[in-house]
Amino acid sequence: MMKKLLIGLFALSVNVLPAMAAGPSVPLMEAGNDISDQPSLQRGAKLFMNYCLGCHQMQYQRYERTFRDIGIPTEVGQEQLIFDGSKVGSHITNSMAKDDAAKWFGAAPPDLTNVARVRGSDWIYTYLKSFYKDESRPFGVNNTLFPSVGMPHVLQELQGLPTPIVEEVEENGQKVTKVVGIETDGSGEMSVDEYDQAVRDLTNFLEYVGEPTRLESEALGIKVIGFLIILFILAFMLKKEYWRDVH
Amino acid sequence: MFGKIVDWIDDRIPMTRVWNMHIAQYPAPKNFNFWYFFGSLAMLVLVNQILTGIWLTMNYVPSAEGAFASIEYIMRDVEYGWLLRYLHSTGASAFFIVVYLHMFRGMIYGSYQKPRELLWLFGMFIFLALMAEAFMGYLLPWGQMSFWGAQVIISLFGAIPVIGDDLTLWIRGDYVISGATLNRFFALHVIALPLVIVILVFLHIVALHEVGSNNPDGIDNKRKKGTVAEEDKPKFKFHEYYTDKKDIIDAIPFHPYYTVKDIVGVVGFLILFCWVVFFMPAMGGFFLEAPNFEAANPLKTPEHIFPVWYFTPFYAILRAIPDKLMGVAAMGASIVVLALLPWIDRGSVRSVRYRCGFHKWNIAGFVVTFVLLGWVGATPQTDFKTIVSQVCTVTYFMFFVLLFVYSKNEKTKPLPERLTK
Repeated sequence: MMKKLLIGLFALSVNVLPAMAAGPSVPLMEAGNDISDQPSLQRGAKLFMNYCLGCHQMQYQRYERTFRDIGIPTEVGQEQLIFDGSKVGSHITNSMAKDDAAKWFGAAPPDLTNVARVRGSDWIYTYLKSFYKDESRPFGVNNTLFPSVGMPHVLQELQGLPTPIVEEVEENGQKVTKVVGIETDGSGEMSVDEYDQAVRDLTNFLEYVGEPTRLESEALGIKVIGFLIILFILAFMLKKEYWRDVH
Repeated sequence: MFGKIVDWIDDRIPMTRVWNMHIAQYPAPKNFNFWYFFGSLAMLVLVNQILTGIWLTMNYVPSAEGAFASIEYIMRDVEYGWLLRYLHSTGASAFFIVVYLHMFRGMIYGSYQKPRELLWLFGMFIFLALMAEAFMGYLLPWGQMSFWGAQVIISLFGAIPVIGDDLTLWIRGDYVISGATLNRFFALHVIALPLVIVILVFLHIVALHEVGSNNPDGIDNKRKKGTVAEEDKPKFKFHEYYTDKKDIIDAIPFHPYYTVKDIVGVVGFLILFCWVVFFMPAMGGFFLEAPNFEAANPLKTPEHIFPVWYFTPFYAILRAIPDKLMGVAAMGASIVVLALLPWIDRGSVRSVRYRCGFHKWNIAGFVVTFVLLGWVGATPQTDFKTIVSQVCTVTYFMFFVLLFVYSKNEKTKPLPERLTK
């Protein structure tokens, strides 16, 4: 019974999510983002609300604290970044049904609250720059970092649709064609540099949401450790004073 | 006024007597070094775990549906919830760091040897309880690694012949890891095991104070009554409980000397600890594994499943052996053999300072083995690492075999008359 269940579970996991296996096949690019850069976080938030939230939720993060942390006045945020009439105290969610989403994309779009903690910022940055044209896929796009990904290239209007650079390579003694890189087709609204910055902003925002208390933690940490260092010196002097009678 | 209150209490419970016997007039060897900080640090971390645990429990929801979300609620919505959680998660790893160093101290200075066998055994039981506590606690965030790690570890019990399958069913309370498992692990994690650990720590200290602390020289500083000249006796007052039976040399009262010294250790430790808590709580994936930031999903197996770093040396021994039952047996034996150390070591000289050169190499080899096992257990398996883990499994057990052999007729250095600095 047990074994059958486990085998069943395993088989399911293999069938449902073939693309989730295997680690990064392409080297990750450095995101170079900075979570203390508020304008970047604000631009990232705007990109997220416009391009990602339709499918991906941040179900554990609330609008209000997000606005507060990244320096957007509540009323401005309410007006310009909440599109579904949610209250500012609400979680950042959408109304897409999971079952429908799984039907449409092969798998329900994952929640993105913690994606930067699961995947890392460099992964997100690289992923968003790795879409390329592939007519064999349902949405006409594929991704070098995440082969056969179910997600369309939602930032296509900004970046354009990069075309793949295909090469024949030897792999285990066999010749196979492989996508070794991508090049932009220049049809997007943004230049290459502008797109890189937009993706960096979005990555930055996702990193912030992954751990919204990071900056607060570091600011408090410096004070705590400063206090402890002073306490250490005092404790050490106290010990020396007492131990005079021992030595 | 204050004296009167103390007298009033002392007439009813032995407050002053216990304070004097175990703290203010407790004779401790005067030459404790760096290695002797880790006992008090383990107590500090235990208190940290209990206190932060209480406050985490106030906001945690122990159910398969609510657990993961409640952790995110603690991290995002509860005032200083992130701090409580990082203190608790970092504390778990810190606990094992200080306990491993504490055990290592016992090994190098022979603190397990007669008459401290029971003290060592209580310590080993604390270690066992701590492993169970950490394992069950790790399920509670209900992340991917929580779920699949528990799945792998519990399935190990299935390797036991005859009762294996029923046993795993009994542990899980279900055919798979489920809310039933989570709820019972929560109960065990927040009340049963902490209670066991606190009681064992109490017994550990009772046993310690009965036989007295060992020291870096490994020689007794309690001598037969009447053998120590008056001028050699320390000028401090010790409790009659100790001085009636023995003459004590080279000792100082625990308080204030070691209390002030331990404060230095505590603050030094806290600097490192807080540095991790505030600046790198995930510790590069060692203290908080990245896949655990994703909610448990029974339909999606993570690419690699690793236990947290503190279990990886034992996990590597398990994986080194191709047969599952033998692997489980070897893993169990690797812990049992540690508990048997007082009887495996047949030497009479305790400290590594005065033991044979081979003993030093044997201990050094053991440390290298332990670290290598931890590394191969924490990283994806390759053919090379399988060989490393197999070699290290052999060298791990060889430490004890060799010790048993050479300790019988060991060529040791002469022991000093008095404790050295």
